Amino acid sequence: MAMDLKEIETLIKEALPNAKVDIQDLAGDGNHYSAIVTSTEFSGKSKIEQHKIVYNSLKGKMGNELHALAIKTKEQ
Amino acid sequence: MEQQTKDLINNEITNNEVCLFMKGTPDAPQCGFSMAVSNMLKILEVNYKGINVLENQSLREGIKEFSDWPTVPQLYIKTEFVGGCDIVKEMYESGELKKILENKGIVYKK
Repeated sequence: MAMDLKEIETLIKEALPNAKVDIQDLAGDGNHYSAIVTSTEFSGKSKIEQHKIVYNSLKGKMGNELHALAIKTKEQ
Repeated sequence: MEQQTKDLINNEITNNEVCLFMKGTPDAPQCGFSMAVSNMLKILEVNYKGINVLENQSLREGIKEFSDWPTVPQLYIKTEFVGGCDIVKEMYESGELKKILENKGIVYKK
């Protein structure tokens, strides 16, 4: 199963409206993406917490419809 | 999650100072992300136990619930969840991973 790049971006931005989201389709197969997410919401949180916010925004799709998403979070 | 699975995970992370829940084994990883973390631990010459979640479907699902983390690999050091591939890679590159190993008294190549 694959997921559209725009769909990932939309879900992340729904959860983090002020975030800057930069997604790339790494293999061009709709299955392997990388996302750089920059948000003020991340400040004061551990990396694990930051990544969990992004995973949660994807509403359970991570590891299912979405096979691989490399995440990099940055505090604004 | 079944109690049996929970006990299995608790036993592994308690009995092995460094535990990597992964797809495949350290010698034959079956996913690029698992291979990446495995290789970083090898470079640091850390003695770790690789646990192949592909051999056990209830473990494969259970570890996600146990850590509240949706993906594999997952690295545990001294019973503490450290992160998945992206986080471990960032910590490896920044030198933070060595700091954690040092602080937790794990032997590694300095």
